[in-house]
Amino acid sequence: MTGRTRAIGMRLAQTVPVIIGVIVISFILTRALPGDPAVYFAGAMADEQSIQQVREALGLDKPLVTQFFLYVGDLAQGDLGRSISTGQPVLTDLAMRLPASLELTLSALVLSCLIAIPLGVLAAVRQGSWVDHLCRLLVTAGVSLPTFFTGIMLVYIFYYLLGWAPSPLGRLDFIYLEPPRVTGFFLIDSLLAGDPETFAAALRQLALPAITLALFTLAPIARMTRAAMLQALSSDYIRTARAAGLSRSKVLFGYGLRNALLPVVTTLGMVFSFVLGANVLVEKVFAWPGIGSYAVEALVASDYAAVQGFVLAMAFLFVTLNLIIDLSYALIDPRIGFDTK
Amino acid sequence: MTDATDIPGRKPDGAWAHLLHVLRENPVTMLSFGLFAFFLLQAFFGALIVPHDPLATNAANALQPPDWTHWFGTDSLGRDVFSRVVVATRLDLMISVLAVAISFAVGSVLGAVAGYWGGWIDAALNRVLDTIMAFPLFVLAMGIVAALGNSIENIIYATALINIPFYARLVRAEVNIRREAGFALAARLSGNSHFRTLAFHIFPNALPPMMVQVSLNMGWAILNAAGLSFIGLGVRPPTPEWGIMVAEGANYIISGHWWVALFPGLWLMLAVFTFNLMGDGLRDLVDPRRRT
Amino acid sequence: MLSVTNLSVSFRTRRGEVNAVRGISFDLGRGETLGIVGESGSGKSVTSYALLRILDAGGTIRAGDVTYGGVDLRAASERDMRDIRGREISMIFQNPRAALNPIRKVGHQIEDVLRQHGRATRQDARAKAIKALADVRINDPAARYDAYPFELSGGMCQRIVIAIALACDPKLLIADEPTTGLDITTQKTVMDLSRDLIRARGMSSILITHDLGLAAEYCDRLAVMKDGEIVETGIAAAVFAAPQHPYTARLVDATPRPGLGLRDLLPAKARTPLPGHAPGERTLVQVRDLVKTYPGKSGPVHAVKGISFTIREGQSVGLVGESGCGKSTTSSILVRLLDRTSGDILFEGVDIADIPAERFVRDKRRSQIQMVFQDATDSLNPRHSARQTIADPILRMSDLRGARLTARIEELATLCGLPLPLLDRFPHQLSGGQKARVGIARAIALDPKFLILDEPTAALDVSIQAVVLNLLADLRARLGMTYLFVSHDLNVVRLLCDHVIVMQGGEIVEQGPTAQVMDTPSHPYTRNLLAAAPRPPVLAAPMTDQPAAQ
Repeated sequence: MTGRTRAIGMRLAQTVPVIIGVIVISFILTRALPGDPAVYFAGAMADEQSIQQVREALGLDKPLVTQFFLYVGDLAQGDLGRSISTGQPVLTDLAMRLPASLELTLSALVLSCLIAIPLGVLAAVRQGSWVDHLCRLLVTAGVSLPTFFTGIMLVYIFYYLLGWAPSPLGRLDFIYLEPPRVTGFFLIDSLLAGDPETFAAALRQLALPAITLALFTLAPIARMTRAAMLQALSSDYIRTARAAGLSRSKVLFGYGLRNALLPVVTTLGMVFSFVLGANVLVEKVFAWPGIGSYAVEALVASDYAAVQGFVLAMAFLFVTLNLIIDLSYALIDPRIGFDTK
Repeated sequence: MTDATDIPGRKPDGAWAHLLHVLRENPVTMLSFGLFAFFLLQAFFGALIVPHDPLATNAANALQPPDWTHWFGTDSLGRDVFSRVVVATRLDLMISVLAVAISFAVGSVLGAVAGYWGGWIDAALNRVLDTIMAFPLFVLAMGIVAALGNSIENIIYATALINIPFYARLVRAEVNIRREAGFALAARLSGNSHFRTLAFHIFPNALPPMMVQVSLNMGWAILNAAGLSFIGLGVRPPTPEWGIMVAEGANYIISGHWWVALFPGLWLMLAVFTFNLMGDGLRDLVDPRRRT
Repeated sequence: MLSVTNLSVSFRTRRGEVNAVRGISFDLGRGETLGIVGESGSGKSVTSYALLRILDAGGTIRAGDVTYGGVDLRAASERDMRDIRGREISMIFQNPRAALNPIRKVGHQIEDVLRQHGRATRQDARAKAIKALADVRINDPAARYDAYPFELSGGMCQRIVIAIALACDPKLLIADEPTTGLDITTQKTVMDLSRDLIRARGMSSILITHDLGLAAEYCDRLAVMKDGEIVETGIAAAVFAAPQHPYTARLVDATPRPGLGLRDLLPAKARTPLPGHAPGERTLVQVRDLVKTYPGKSGPVHAVKGISFTIREGQSVGLVGESGCGKSTTSSILVRLLDRTSGDILFEGVDIADIPAERFVRDKRRSQIQMVFQDATDSLNPRHSARQTIADPILRMSDLRGARLTARIEELATLCGLPLPLLDRFPHQLSGGQKARVGIARAIALDPKFLILDEPTAALDVSIQAVVLNLLADLRARLGMTYLFVSHDLNVVRLLCDHVIVMQGGEIVEQGPTAQVMDTPSHPYTRNLLAAAPRPPVLAAPMTDQPAAQ
């Protein structure tokens, strides 16, 4: 048990250099802006004097090392700079919009796990059957789909042709009022407010973007589940279990799937990386007011503080998600912390 | 890749015969290599064979659905979608091939060195890779292009950088498991230096799994580049590029002008699909165990 | 009790149908132990899976009948089969660690079986599982109940597998290579344990193994399989003493055991006189106080703790011990792939231990000290043809090029018995024995004085082992090489070596002339090792026509 605690401690400690690395890269990115950062941060209307003021305010006249520590100090206070386009502190903007992105991403992930894992398991159990071929086709086609293209095609089919989906603009049709903000997740907030109508409306808006993202993440999860399940089912311990007369469901799920889920959980880290990236594109297609579309708008407006704040926020989000995945992995795999060397 | 070219009596490689053998063995490989040839033809000769000038606008003829003169219809400025889709192939392929080539080269060297020597080199490399991987990769590419400036070279560099960890990790693992393999030790006993052992004995054995990675990465690289242009980074209008064309088409989809976005999107999808299918074929090509 | 008639099993593969088992028949009586013996690919394991109908995907029983206690196992429903598996017929497997679910406590794995077959309820399952652990003589079974497989040694895992197999008191136990991968002393403990349990419970059993000696010691009757067919069945001692089928005869001959010479391992026709072998007097290698310490996570690991020995020119020295005794570390240091922590290695009177392994590659003595590796498959570069592999040391360390290089490669191939047309093949196109020959040809390419043989036959079938051992003896005589033969198998060492060093826990516990160490061992550990080696039934008539090469 001490080995496990140490392993979990080690994993926590590992995030420290990663976070330092993330901050360094993000600092380099802010300072690598083309031309003079002060000119950008001062805004389009700035004159010589206000640029100089900005330069001093940002500490750009100081040596690079000092600038780095100033930057770290700002970060520690949650200061990511101010967005030119909204005039708000970047952190406030991001905090406002983060729930929208999270709601979309998480519902897409849940949706794709619900489809991909059973599909992968079924494909592995019935290897060579039509389910298996379908799974392999979906997997190869799925990774080839550009999310933004899938999104547009879904809009064309379900909004323009069939009229089933509401217009792809935002989280809620304008005739509805936003539910009182508790979690920021419209689905949850509307339920908390006891407003099933708003819930249904929010769900309708969410459906297409979530399906778009889910289609994209389906492939890696299904592929990994299939491979891991095949590997588990060909293991010696499955043969032992069968030779001992255990029932089919016990062999498949108690012994096979439990082991197969371990590599699938590890894959989720990679899937998060893809899904957070694809999120940006999907938000643009569906005018989803999350941090992704915020970043795209900021890019168009050359609003660099907002873009860099977004990149940094995404990195922190991703590091946290990975940490959660690894810690939960340590909880389900007894071998973690056992010195195999 | 072998160092024994001067051995007499060795039969000629028969690389061509081997290629034919690999193609004949697996119909999927045949299909994917055929599609790849299709895209290569467009990349090399597309600009010469298209029926219209991809940049020529014609406001009177805007947003026309596909017909016999404009096979894929026209866009909002009256440009021929078919010509633009075909001409865009060269740019999209170039970005992905260059990006993958850079990450393959850099990642292989880093990963091989770290996997063979281990120690602090390995630890340092791992920290750097962890840091790169700590960003959602597309988001990092956005950040890099936004910071370095909006140009095609920067798209290539950003795409290459985010793909380096995959190669470095893969090569590191492949080299590491073979570092103590009998044939690597035997190579040392045969008088090969560490460098020779790594470069001529161990590394070539990592090639088959890397080929699968290369094919996946080519697909990602195209998707990545198209995604960046879709949100307005990198390639700029009016240059024909699949991502931008889809982005332009997205504005007209709600009004039912499907062809503007559909055809570039389909081409993009087909290209990524081709690369993904090629993986196994490429692996079989470089795997001596497939030779009969 | 169990009756198999005309059983055929085939597998669907990419290259079409493969018949793994072709119409075999045998019977097993109550309380009887049957050994099914065969080399790799003979279909012996497939037979056992077919009996329980747990064939891998793609495998089907094509024909034949399997009757167990009056029940037709081929016709039984899957539900009936599940009741039979574990309750009537149980099975234990090779590689015990992999045979257990890695993420489930071993106690729970035993409970799963007990509850599946209605032998325990939720309330008493734990107690019964602990009793099952106690039955296989596991100390402190209550504590082991909560262990995961990775926390246990290989021998301990095999006991758990036996506990699972015997938990529901089956009448028949099928053991599929149960001791492969275990050390020889552990092998004996596991085999003795299962024999005792089988006897005490009045069970029948089938032992599937490649080791004829092991089967002969533990089984009443033997069935010898080759290419999916049973070529001979009979009482174990009789099969051993007077094999009827030529294949059995070859297998019996090739099984090393006390009292046999090297040439006796070969088929009678191939027994040419063994070349004379007389070690010289000059010292070739002298090892003094060799120490190797690795930094470990929980303190330093002492792999080799100050060992000393001398190897004379032309001598063949056996280095014997179980896994983890330091013999591999010692051989890696001697061949200069690994640096020692302290101590001297004098090669022809000059200390070579001070030259770092890194730089020894360019030393002129590099070509003098060579090694033949344990696993022939692993030691050949998959991307290089046999010709390239043999050429590598010559290209790196000599000036031979062009026609003379070709001539030299072909000379080496001939010397090692590798047909010349095979030189352009890649390793995956060669058989195990051919790969071993390529490995040996590479090692002797530059006429080394000192050749270290690191378990060169451990991964080979016995009949091929016999050929390779004889090849090594011939080469020794022809090229005047000095051997250090690293092995866990005392019977093999006895055949080839004049001098034996026994290692345990990084130290030499005993060394001396082979006959002395083998016949009158002084150290208890050596006696243990000797006692653990399988002891085939004593033969009525001596089969040797010449004294062993000692």
